[in-house]
Amino acid sequence: MITVQGLTKRYARTLAVDHISFEVKKGQIVGFLGPNGAGKTTTMRILTCFLPPSEGTATVAGFDVLEQPMEVKRRIGYLPETPPVYHEMEVQEYLTFVGKLKGMSGQSLANRVTEVAERCAVADVRSKLIGKLSKGYRQRVGLAQAIIHNPDVLILDEPTAGLDPKQIIETRDLIRSLAGDHTIILSTHILPEVEQTCEQVLIINKGKLVATDSVHNLQARARGAESVVLEVEGRNGSLDAQTIQHRLETVNGVSRVLLKEFRDNRSVFEVESLKDRFIRGDLARAIVESGWNLNELRPSAMSLEEVFLQLTGGEKAAEEPTVEEALVQGEIQ
Amino acid sequence: MRNIWVICQKEINSYFVSPVAYLLLTMFAIIFGFFFWNSVQYFNAAGLQSQMSGQPMPLSVNEYVIRPLLSNISVVGLFFIPMMTMRLFAEEKRMGTIELLATSPIRDIEVIIGKWLSALVLYGVMLLFSAINFAFLFHYGNPDWKPLAIGYLGLLLQAGGLLAIGTFISTLTKNQIIAGAATFGVCLLLWVLEWPSGSDSGTWAKVLAYMSVITHFDSFSKGVLDTKDAVYYISVIFLGLFLTSRSLESLRWRS
Repeated sequence: MITVQGLTKRYARTLAVDHISFEVKKGQIVGFLGPNGAGKTTTMRILTCFLPPSEGTATVAGFDVLEQPMEVKRRIGYLPETPPVYHEMEVQEYLTFVGKLKGMSGQSLANRVTEVAERCAVADVRSKLIGKLSKGYRQRVGLAQAIIHNPDVLILDEPTAGLDPKQIIETRDLIRSLAGDHTIILSTHILPEVEQTCEQVLIINKGKLVATDSVHNLQARARGAESVVLEVEGRNGSLDAQTIQHRLETVNGVSRVLLKEFRDNRSVFEVESLKDRFIRGDLARAIVESGWNLNELRPSAMSLEEVFLQLTGGEKAAEEPTVEEALVQGEIQ
Repeated sequence: MRNIWVICQKEINSYFVSPVAYLLLTMFAIIFGFFFWNSVQYFNAAGLQSQMSGQPMPLSVNEYVIRPLLSNISVVGLFFIPMMTMRLFAEEKRMGTIELLATSPIRDIEVIIGKWLSALVLYGVMLLFSAINFAFLFHYGNPDWKPLAIGYLGLLLQAGGLLAIGTFISTLTKNQIIAGAATFGVCLLLWVLEWPSGSDSGTWAKVLAYMSVITHFDSFSKGVLDTKDAVYYISVIFLGLFLTSRSLESLRWRS
């Protein structure tokens, strides 16, 4: 659906996007991830024909953004970082206006406005002035605007920025519900958002594409082995954590056992497997067969956050103490 | 064509949901009402004088009332036009809505003409307020309507040119005030360029006078449709709209 090859964008002094190439298949949700100023918005603006690329090509639905911008524009819905709404317009009036801009008219447009307003949960404010709406509503009006002409491709620049947690969840659900019919690219610097919404991730840093893979693979790639968190409890009387640890270490495929917490007869361990070994079943059996209670067993997938920091060269930042850590250290001293 | 109308309609709506249009129209109605009253007053006095002199001369309403009033509108317009155009693109740039227009399947030139046309419509509505005053002349007197119609055509052409320049200036900044002030400056300059020709008949004075928007209104106010002057205004319109489209395009390549 979207093919980008060697895309480069130079501003007067800076290189905003540096030879990026990727491909997005029909119906996918792709997360465009990167720190602020990495070139996400620039890439999106090129895809929407707002900016011309300095070098390279980008095609949307088979049409080149430079050669046939009108065809591309007909097929994309775009929500920029700040929703492009007119404050002096009412919601319904605005959506109708955008529909007309996209070439719709008459009864089909009126029906579509109603449908989209309901889908984006702005139907209850449809006759209010956009300027009077809260940020969350405005953002959803922006989303409604992007999907009004039922485009093949949706490009959303930080669709959840500035929303409250409830609205964020609603917006993510909405975006997920749009997948399938639409190919979606959404940019964000919030990592859990990608983990929760997207199938595919493109990580971009300083204008360069540093990784492109599925969310699942990226997490696996960062570690290459399974890691689980266990909570074990002795059934009768006290139980020595050491005993459990020794037992766990003997389980086949385990590379490392770490005692994380011991309190009230409960021990929490983090267990890592050797590369490409699945140990959860064996661990559970070993504990139960030893006559202990297995209170909890969950995979501790390395969060995308760590992957992200690794890939974008954030290790350095991670080594430096964060503000909180610095504060704590200061207090101790 | 349809897209031009979509944009134009939206802009007209936004003039009339905000106080801008009402403020401009009210101010114009008051100012022009004053001019009209003053002019008619003067005409009556002149008529009385001519009768007192013993040799009554027929005074033409067209000559003594309509013509100076049309020139007045032309000058007052210079002050009102910046307020009509300053918003057009500056506001879109400030609010980020320019991204919506630029990523919709609609050509730049359609956006530009739509916006320019909406300003011209507002100017036209403003002229209607002056027409109310002129209607009294037709009720109580018997002026010739043709020079008045040509005068109005001239006003629309002149406003079209200045509005096109204002539209262009509005694409240069995000700040409405700057756009308005700059447009006002240019309008004023285009007016006063004519002044040196009053005392100087050299080539430069002539060139400057030719560039002035006021010079070319003279024939229209007399009720004469001179192609040379119409061509001047139409060229200014084209120049303004052309610069606007260049400016919008460069916005993309630059930013």
